[in-house]
Amino acid sequence: MTESSTAKWANGDACHSTTSCITPEGSGFLRHNHDCYFPDDEKVQHGTCNGGLYSRPFKESFEETPMLVAVFTYLGYGILTIFGYLRDFLRDWKIEKCHIAREREEQKDFVPLYQDFENFYTRNLYMRIRDNWNRPICSVPGAKVDIVERVSHNYNWTFDYTGKVVKEVINMGSYNYLGFAENTGPCAEAAAEVTMKYGVGVSSTRQEMGNCSRHEELEKLVARFLGVESAMAFGMGFATNSMNIPALAGKGCLILSDELNHASLVLGARLSGSTIRVFKHNNMQSLEKLLKEAIAHGQPRSRRPWKKILILVEGIYSMEGSIVRLPEVIALKKKYKAYLYLDEAHSIGALGPRGRGVVDYFGLDPNDVDVMMGTFTKSFGAAGGYIGGRKELMDYLRTHSHSAVYATSMSLPVVEQIITSMKCIVGEDGTTVGRDRVQQLAANTTYFRKHLQDMGFIIYGNHDSPVVPLMLYMPAKIGAFGREMLQRNIAVVVVGFPATPIIESRARFCVSAAHTKAMLDTALGAISEVGDLLQLKYSRHRIVPSLDRAFDETTYEETEE
Amino acid sequence: KMASGQQWVLVEMVQAFYEAPAYHLILEGILILWIIRLLFSKTYKLQERSDLTEKEKEELIEEWQPEPLVPPVSKDHPSLNYDPNTKLNLSIVCGLPTSHKIVVNGKECINFASFNFLGLLDNERVKKRALSSLKKYGVGTCGPRGFYGTFDVHLELEDRLAKFMRTEEAIIYSYGFATIASAIPAYSKRGDIVFVDEAACFAIQKGLQASRSFIKYFKHNDMEDLERLLKDQEVEDQKNPRKARVIRRFIVVEGLYINTGDICPLPELVKLKYRYKVRIFLEESLSFGVLGDHGRGVTEHFGVNIDDIDLISANMENALASIGGFCCGRSFVIDHQRLSGQGYCFSASLPPMLAAAAIEALNIMEEDPEIFTILREKCSCVHRALQGIPGLKVVGESFTPALHLQLETSTGSRDSDMKTLRTIVEYCMNRRVALTQARYLDKEEKFLPPPTIRVVVTVEQTDEEINMAASLIREAALAILK
Repeated sequence: MTESSTAKWANGDACHSTTSCITPEGSGFLRHNHDCYFPDDEKVQHGTCNGGLYSRPFKESFEETPMLVAVFTYLGYGILTIFGYLRDFLRDWKIEKCHIAREREEQKDFVPLYQDFENFYTRNLYMRIRDNWNRPICSVPGAKVDIVERVSHNYNWTFDYTGKVVKEVINMGSYNYLGFAENTGPCAEAAAEVTMKYGVGVSSTRQEMGNCSRHEELEKLVARFLGVESAMAFGMGFATNSMNIPALAGKGCLILSDELNHASLVLGARLSGSTIRVFKHNNMQSLEKLLKEAIAHGQPRSRRPWKKILILVEGIYSMEGSIVRLPEVIALKKKYKAYLYLDEAHSIGALGPRGRGVVDYFGLDPNDVDVMMGTFTKSFGAAGGYIGGRKELMDYLRTHSHSAVYATSMSLPVVEQIITSMKCIVGEDGTTVGRDRVQQLAANTTYFRKHLQDMGFIIYGNHDSPVVPLMLYMPAKIGAFGREMLQRNIAVVVVGFPATPIIESRARFCVSAAHTKAMLDTALGAISEVGDLLQLKYSRHRIVPSLDRAFDETTYEETEE
Repeated sequence: KMASGQQWVLVEMVQAFYEAPAYHLILEGILILWIIRLLFSKTYKLQERSDLTEKEKEELIEEWQPEPLVPPVSKDHPSLNYDPNTKLNLSIVCGLPTSHKIVVNGKECINFASFNFLGLLDNERVKKRALSSLKKYGVGTCGPRGFYGTFDVHLELEDRLAKFMRTEEAIIYSYGFATIASAIPAYSKRGDIVFVDEAACFAIQKGLQASRSFIKYFKHNDMEDLERLLKDQEVEDQKNPRKARVIRRFIVVEGLYINTGDICPLPELVKLKYRYKVRIFLEESLSFGVLGDHGRGVTEHFGVNIDDIDLISANMENALASIGGFCCGRSFVIDHQRLSGQGYCFSASLPPMLAAAAIEALNIMEEDPEIFTILREKCSCVHRALQGIPGLKVVGESFTPALHLQLETSTGSRDSDMKTLRTIVEYCMNRRVALTQARYLDKEEKFLPPPTIRVVVTVEQTDEEINMAASLIREAALAILK
């Protein structure tokens, strides 16, 4: 995925379990614990004694991969690779039929478009379990979804559609956190009205003839929602990162990026031309050390001081289910005078008592975050992204954002969906629907996570995160889990390398406020059944459910052994 | 016999070891140690060694003052919001769709600024199709294509686009800009070479930057210059044929250039392609749904076999009047993007209602290819009408739907040129013709195009409107340029 995943790999730091909790007194800073900078001791702990930074318990765990499982996982990849070579050999000798699309005859003497090894993984590993991805759906991506049935007669090289539809599959895969993916109700009605009035396209950019009053209205609402001075909306979440970071940083600037940051942040950082340094995932000691060294040493070679330092973090990490340690990041950024860019793609709407993201979750001041970025794709059931912040920042972006100058502005029905759903969350529609959904999501998350944990699965991430990764590890189990779950009428997302480190293949569930208890129970039952079938209940410490009590790190360690 | 022979060699070695002088053994020992040291020592230091004490570091941290996150923007920046008290800056559209008639800053104007070439933006059929899709699927997709973000509508649209363009496969993106910007780095990697026209649009430039390949710019539409670069590369290749066998080469051009309004010499490019074994990527955002008898773009315009072009990309935001973009070509090429196109894999998919709108737009284009002839007639009508305006020259081909009006003689500075053109735009806007200046990021563009006024042609504009707009621009030019 990014350079970062290799970094994570190299340090053998596949696991660290973290617990922080709060003592109300004290206004001190972070504890500087230099001797445990490289935490191969498998635990990091901060903010415990001199807390005050966290207003709520911060419970996040990444249970260590059991040794035996790791060995078998590698073995699995080894066998797959050997068979891959064997089958490549058979294909070369035309013993096995080859389904790969081929270069045109006329261009056979060109430099090959792909290097052979680039596609080895796709051809021999991904192709075996390809049916678990890109499953076409033909309904609203709501709590239940209809999936178009497809079969393959040539081991996943091509798919045929049977014409049948698998109806009413429980959807644990879509990022529909607040359940606003709907085709009825106020949002859909508002969008429908706008569609008939304005059409779907705009055919111009914001700076030319595509700056509609509705766009501006949306931006004012977003600013209000976030509690910032001003905001701007863009047509695509990915592009919001990749096309705006270059406007904020450039040559002579330093970008400190979490190793598990999304591809769009990585691309944006690269396009900016700044120096990029990667800190370990959510690890504040690593971040502080980088900050300190960077300021003390200045730019490499020229030794000039950095023009500015920008820290890139995400609210919820979509593959880990972890929540950024925002109070500590803010403390560090203030101490070292760095700027903070917070990507709330998954956390906006999904976290916090008022659904206003990770800042709301920790009860912090949004003005302490310099750049508040997020997407409308997930909680709002729409498309696009936003950036919010101080007026000077937004004025600058309005004039210098690549997106504002060169990209077609947002489709107006999509804008309407966002406005309506956001007003609902805020309560400006005069109902409590939005607030109820936020609460329902939190309740569903706790319920779902707790039960999975009690069943003995290894679950990653923060206890409050609606993104719930369940570890599968072995490559064969990726395909098996996805298929078995679909047979039980539950749609899940499974991910493996390169989206995760090679042995940390996982299934990922996204809890939604639209899920009823009955749905979650059905899903949990099926997961447990498949878990027994595939022997996925790896966890070696059954966590005692009394989670409100502060963990003692040493006892935690002991139970693990 | 073999065994005894080998044994003898061994004995001889041991003997030689004993007989060797001590200094020799010591020297060899040292050399071996040295080799081990070289093997295990790092060739460079990963972390610079710091001789600073903690206190010094703290002082440095204390002293360091970063630049502000963003530099201040002057209040009268042309892209900042419209403010009735100051001058007319950014236009606000409301009340009507951004179609033929448009309400800009409260005034109803005839639209000569939106890229709605075929007038499909406000088309009743398109809107109804989008609406019925909305009623079925809702608005958002809540996921990327891989994770339950693939809707049957997406598959249908891809299929339809591939059929329309007569290629094997098409792939859709949810954002026009991201299409070519993701497609280029999916193929061209570090070490590869891309030959690009100097007038290439910003999305191409960003795609090239993301690819981290060697970029070689050739003069706009200058095939001799391109051939010179290709020849240089051929010489380079002969020096290192091993390396040459793995360096991929691409030519990236636009069908109709959005920055200059002219067409790329595709037949010559195809010739060069086979002569020098370079692949061609063609960006057709402006020419798709415009050129050719069936709107298939610049390949149809020149009668070039579409299979000779390795990849065609276009956005669906202009002629199709929806949102998003697509790439098409042979499956061998296109399918690769499904795992390597960043904007495809890592982004939420296109809202199904927008895909449905694009499908209906394709239906209309297929049912009535006459529309392209009408568009071309309008284009040449506008092109003719704008000729001979004192002080302004028309930039672009007679069949391009997005022309530029450029100052014949620059006033000397870009800023004052921009201001002059802005006055003309305002003059027209006050008299109900909506025009816009072509906007660029001055510092970001590789080759910054000169300031211009954009004139966009659509099939909805009547001949009277075109003549009215042309005479209005003439009037404005006479009044303002003197």
